[in-house]
Formats: sequence, C-alpha cells, structure tokens
Amino acid sequence: MKEEKQSGMTFIVKTITNLIVGFMLVFGAYVVLYGHITPGGGFPGGVMIALTYILITLAYGRKVVESIVSGVTGSIMDDIGAIAIIILGFIGLYIGGTFLFNFLPKGTPFNLFSGGYIILYNLAIMLKVGMSLYIVFLALAILQRVVTTRDETKEAGK
Amino acid sequence: MNVVLLLHSLLVFMIIGAFVTVEIKNMLSAVISIGAVGFALSMAFLFLGAPDIAITQVIVEILSLILLIRATVNVDNVAIELKGESVFHNRTALIFVGIILVFSWFAFGSLPPFGEPLMRVSEFYLYNGLAKVGATNFVTSVILDFRAYDTFGEAMVLFVSISGAFAILRRWKREQNKDFLRIDREL
Repeated sequence: MKEEKQSGMTFIVKTITNLIVGFMLVFGAYVVLYGHITPGGGFPGGVMIALTYILITLAYGRKVVESIVSGVTGSIMDDIGAIAIIILGFIGLYIGGTFLFNFLPKGTPFNLFSGGYIILYNLAIMLKVGMSLYIVFLALAILQRVVTTRDETKEAGK
Repeated sequence: MNVVLLLHSLLVFMIIGAFVTVEIKNMLSAVISIGAVGFALSMAFLFLGAPDIAITQVIVEILSLILLIRATVNVDNVAIELKGESVFHNRTALIFVGIILVFSWFAFGSLPPFGEPLMRVSEFYLYNGLAKVGATNFVTSVILDFRAYDTFGEAMVLFVSISGAFAILRRWKREQNKDFLRIDREL
C-alpha cells in the first residue's frame, strides 16, 4: 500500500489498518474454507473480506483501494461468483440428475476436503457476497461525492 | 446462570434500544442505538446455541453500521419533524398492533415450550447428515446440500438487487436527461 497525501484518516488509523488487514483477510479465508467443519460459511467470510477492503477505503481513501481491486474488477469477480454457482448446479444436473446435486466424493469427516462440493459452493458465495457488498460501498462513496459536490456548487451559486 | 433470565434481559435491552432509535432526534445516535440492538440480537443467538447465525449477525451488523454511518454522517444530522395531525395514524397503528397481538396469542400458544424443540424434520438431518453429506457442520450441510436451491435463490436476490441499484444510479445518460438530477437532490 503506497502512502497518499491528504486522503483518508490520520496516521494512527493507517498504522492500525496496516497491522490488522492481513489478519482480517486470513480469518475471512479461514471462515470460508472451514465453513463445513466449524461455524461459518461463504456468507460471513465473504462479508469479512468485503469489510477488509472497506477498512482500507475508510483509512486510505478510494484511490488506494481502487488500485488494489477496482470497481470493474470487483463487479467482474461478483459475476464470476454468480456464474460459478449456476455452473455447479448444472454439473450436478448432468452427473446426478438434480440441480445442485452434491457430485464430489464425501471424504472423511473433519478433513478439509470433506462434504463434497460444499467447499466450492462456499467459495463461489464468498466471491458473490464479498465483492457485491464491496462495490455497493464504492457506489455509495461515489454517490455521496456527487451529492456533496452538487451541494457545494449550489451554495456557491447563492 | 439461568439462560431464560439472560435472554429476557437481552430482549428488554433490545426493546429499549428500539425505542431510543425511533424517538431520538440525532440521526447518528439513532444509527448507533440500532447497532446496539443488532449486537444484543447476536448475543441472543449465541445463548440459544446458534454460532453460525451469531457470526453472520455480528458481521452484517458491522457492515450495515458502517454503511449507515457513512450515509448519515455528512447529511443534515437532525431527524425530520412530522408536521400536521397524526392522531388518525396513531389510532390506526394501535388497532393493527392490537389485531396482530390477539392473533399471535393464539398462534404462539401452539408452539412447543422453550428448550423442548419438536424433532420431526431436524431429527433426520441430525442422524443422517454426516453419512449423506460428509460435512460436520450440520447447518452448512442443510443450507448448502439439503436446501441448496434456497441458498441459490438467496444469493441471486443479492445479485438482482445490486444490478437494479446500479441500473438506477448509473452515470451515463444522466447528462442528457436532466430529470435524473432531481434524484440526487432528493437523496
């Protein structure tokens, strides 16, 4: 992350963000990947990953976070998640005869690769939820900027 | 300690927080008090033995708090005062709440007592979930294997709502059509 002048919050917030962002990403990935063994799953893990990027947005400003994951990239990853869920469903339809059939082997319990296709489904939901909530936050920031600039021009016109 | 007593105290706290949210004048204080309600709800889920729902509730509550604070922090920070006579609205609301309370008295009477759940459907999942799916978290095996189609619909709800929001808030065509500028002003 490169330093930006006059954007985002103070030096204290940026330092704490630098310390904490890696742990947040790793914990989000853990919650997603072990969603079929311990409590968790694709939805809370995806929201944790979205919150990581939102934290970077709040601390560093929009330009820095858009150099990591831009709005277009986030939107494409969101679409990839949605299409992956549909593809998983149709693979199940082709192999097992029903939509979203669990087509992978069951594995031994308490292993990472157990529970069939649940880990893939969790990853797809993570992409879907995390990236869509992140681009919602970006869109809200853009909208707020538009409203504030319009208010400033209105006040200047008076 | 008694779990029912803890749950009742959490419920009283949540009701007080909801009243504060509705009645307070400052928008930022209202947002923070509804966040307190959400965190108390996640504690209630934890006492009821549902860590999956508790994790999701805490995370989504943090996200919605950030979004709401971001939406209200720069806007005019005082709630809108309702002008005019509101006696009719109050009476109508009271009548409807009374009707709902009367019917829910009969409806909740038919529920099983607290701590003794009916084991009709969940029995099947608990006894056959590990053999049929292989996942040790039964909540995940229910929502992603037995009821995967419902989860598919829920994921697509998010997709469709965000597509709709982006279709409304898009920037092209706005410069040509000046009526769109009114939306910004009202937001």
